[in-house]
Amino acid sequence: MNTQKKVVEIIAEQAMLEPADVKLEHTLQDLGIDSMALVESIFAIEECFDISVPFNANEPGESDFDISSVAAIVAAVDRLKAEQGK
Amino acid sequence: MRRVVITGAGTINPLGENVPATFEAMREGRCGIGPLEIADVDRLAIQIGGQIRGYDEALHFNRQQIALYDRFTQFTLLAAREAIAQSGLSFSGALADQSGVVLGTSGGGLTTQDENYRAVYEAGKNRVHPFIVPKLMNNAAASHVSMEWNLRGPSFTVATACASSNHAMGQAFNMVRCGMAKVMVTGGSEAMLCFGGIKAWEGLRVMSKDACRPFSATRNGMVQGEGAGVFVFEEYEHAAARGADILCEVVGFAMSSDAADIVMPSKQGAARAIGGALKDAGLAGDSVGYINAHGTGTAANDKTECAAVADVFGAHADQLMISSTKSMHGHLIGGTGAVELLACIMALRDGVVAPTIGYEVPDPECALDVVPNVARDAKVDVALSNAFAFGGLNAVLALRAI
Repeated sequence: MNTQKKVVEIIAEQAMLEPADVKLEHTLQDLGIDSMALVESIFAIEECFDISVPFNANEPGESDFDISSVAAIVAAVDRLKAEQGK
Repeated sequence: MRRVVITGAGTINPLGENVPATFEAMREGRCGIGPLEIADVDRLAIQIGGQIRGYDEALHFNRQQIALYDRFTQFTLLAAREAIAQSGLSFSGALADQSGVVLGTSGGGLTTQDENYRAVYEAGKNRVHPFIVPKLMNNAAASHVSMEWNLRGPSFTVATACASSNHAMGQAFNMVRCGMAKVMVTGGSEAMLCFGGIKAWEGLRVMSKDACRPFSATRNGMVQGEGAGVFVFEEYEHAAARGADILCEVVGFAMSSDAADIVMPSKQGAARAIGGALKDAGLAGDSVGYINAHGTGTAANDKTECAAVADVFGAHADQLMISSTKSMHGHLIGGTGAVELLACIMALRDGVVAPTIGYEVPDPECALDVVPNVARDAKVDVALSNAFAFGGLNAVLALRAI
C-alpha cells in the first residue's frame, strides 16, 4: 500500500480538501486540522494500515509519533508499519 | 426562599466503602487508582482505574435484588443507606409525599449493557434475562432508592456526562429551597469500568496510562473511577426542629452552557458557572476558602479551569485552596460531583482540605494553591464544587459551614 497516498487522502478528508491540495510540507495547522480532526485522522490511519499509533492528546509533543508535517506523519507511519510487521 | 442543609452523607468509592473511610483516605492522600481487574483487560490500551476493590455484591444484596440492580444501582443503594441512616429520617405520611430523589449518572447500567451485548453478539445467545431493561435504565437507581425508603415526591435522573451529579444536586437544592420538597435524596453514581466503557474513552486519546496528576506540568490525562455519593438535602427549619446533626448548608448553585464545542472546555462558560454560584449564594468571592476542582488531569481542563478561577476571583485566586481529589479516586464521570462534595464537607466540617496527589512539577498555566500531595488543616467557611461536562455543560455548587 502506498503510505503517502493513503495518508494524504485521510488528512484531506479531515481537512475537507482535495488530496491534490495537501502538500507534504503542510503542517496540520496549515490545513486547519484541529485536535478532534487529528484524533480522527489517527484512528483512520490505524484502521487503514492495521497499526497501533502511540498518541496521547494531552501531550502530543511527547508521543512517539511525529505530527509536525504531512511528510513527518508519512514517515512515522512507514516506521510503525515496519516495526509492527505490517 | 427556604434554607437548605445536608443532614446525611453516604458513599462507596475507590477510597472507601463509607464516608469515614473516604475522609481518612483523603486526609492521608491515599491513591485508590490501580490495575484494573476486569474481563479482557489485556485488549485495552488503558489498564488502570479507580476500581472498588474486593467488592462482593452478594455480601450486600440477595439473588432477586442482584437480578434487578446493576452495579451503579448497587453503589447508589449502599451510599443512600449510609446517608439516610445518618440523617435519622424515616419517610411516611406527608413527609414521604414531600420527599424525593434526584440522582446523576452518565452511563447508567452500562455494565449490564456490556454483559448482555457480549451474550448476544460474542457468545451468539438468542435470549437475555427478562429484567435487562429495568436493570440498565438510567433511572433505575433513583427508582430503587424511592422504593426502598418510600420517597414518593418528585424523583428523576439527570444525565449531563461529567456534571450529572452536580446538576442533580443543584435541582435537589432548588426544589427544597423553593418549597417543592422538604427532603431530597441526591447525588450520583457511575459504574463504567467494563470493557466497553473503557474502550470508548480510550478512543478519545485523553486517558493516562499511569496516573491522574491534575495541575502538574507532567499530567497526561484522566483516569476513570467508579462509585457513588448520596446526600440528604433537607429544609433547614425541618432539620433544626428535629435536632438533626447538620453537616453544612447548601447556599448556591449555578449552571451554564459553553454553547461552543462538544469536548473542548471554555473558560468563559466555567467562569459564568462559578461566578453564578457565588451570586446565587449572595457571597463575596473572598469568602471562598476552598474549591473542589473539576481537575480531570487533562491538558485542556486544568489550564482552562485555573484561568476561569483566576478570572472570577482576581487577586483572591491566590489566597484560596483548590484541589482535585480525582487524583485519588479517579473520574467517576456522572458520579464524580457527588463523591467530590465529600471533600467540601470535610473542609467545612473537619477543617481538613484534601490534597491533589501525584503533583510533580508546577505548571505556569495552573499557578494556584492546589494543595499538592499533602492534606492541609485550614478553617474553611465557604467551599465550591466545580463540574464541567463534555458538551460544555457546567454546574457549580456553593456550600457553607454551619
